[in-house]
Amino acid sequence: MVAHAIFFYVFSIIAVISAIMVTVSKNTVHSVFFLILDFISISCLFIMIGAEFLGMIMLIVYVGAVAVLFLFVVMMLNVAQQKNQWFNSEVTSSGHIPVGLIISTIIFFELIIVVGGWKYKPELSNPNTNQISNEISNTHSLGQVLYTDYIHIFQISGMILLIAMIGAIVLTFRRREGVKTQSYLKQISRERSEGIEVLEVQSNKGVKIDD
Amino acid sequence: MTEIGLGHYLTLGAVIFSIGVIGIFLNRKNIIVILMSIELILLAVNINLVSFSIYLGDLTGQVFTLFILTVAAAEAAIGLAIIVVYYRNAGTIRVEEIDKLKG
Repeated sequence: MVAHAIFFYVFSIIAVISAIMVTVSKNTVHSVFFLILDFISISCLFIMIGAEFLGMIMLIVYVGAVAVLFLFVVMMLNVAQQKNQWFNSEVTSSGHIPVGLIISTIIFFELIIVVGGWKYKPELSNPNTNQISNEISNTHSLGQVLYTDYIHIFQISGMILLIAMIGAIVLTFRRREGVKTQSYLKQISRERSEGIEVLEVQSNKGVKIDD
Repeated sequence: MTEIGLGHYLTLGAVIFSIGVIGIFLNRKNIIVILMSIELILLAVNINLVSFSIYLGDLTGQVFTLFILTVAAAEAAIGLAIIVVYYRNAGTIRVEEIDKLKG
């Protein structure tokens, strides 16, 4: 139990500090790296409390795909060296900082009230739908409910990913002018009749080609 | 102190959620950091769902965390594509210079 507490505090302190660094870091590339650190420590927490499949999926999806996507976009757009200008008075004259601090403090205390409610009324919980069993592994039990009870939601999430992929391609696709590329459709749809012309060549006159 | 319960994980989720909200409000730099703050908020929601799922012995929270992961990945892809297109057209993604709609 002590080891659990030590690991929890280590990973959660790393997660909170790196989350703060994501928002206050001057360099956007550093923000992306702190985001990766945050995801890694949270997935360590997930693995520690027994949700191994989600921890691993989080490593693959967030660190392997989403963070690399962020990194690519940051490097492509040449915004990495833009200076952070929160504390300049002329830039932040619209008064975003106090409003943001007030709203996030209110949200934090509301969430803490929820924590208190669960701490002192634990008998309110009534989980009887998908009990976690101790015989089979986490991945096995997730697969058992994911492909049976939640199959429609699973397929809808696949459709969401497909639509997101098509949307991203359509948004960023740009057909440049003046670039000579092969047109496969034009090539394979050529007919013999429009490609060549058979002429009757008369003797001593030759052929006059005018096109 | 050494007994880690549901409250500890919920507090961690609350802290990360609040940091994400602060990041959205206070950012004056570029939109990419705002997208990263949204990812932080979704991460906090995932922490809450997984810890409830583990401590109540119910698997449904983990299933929904999987779907939140899917939606977060799709949202990041579409948002970054929109940012790339906007940068190509306007030449900047600084937050205070994006005021075409005069909102």
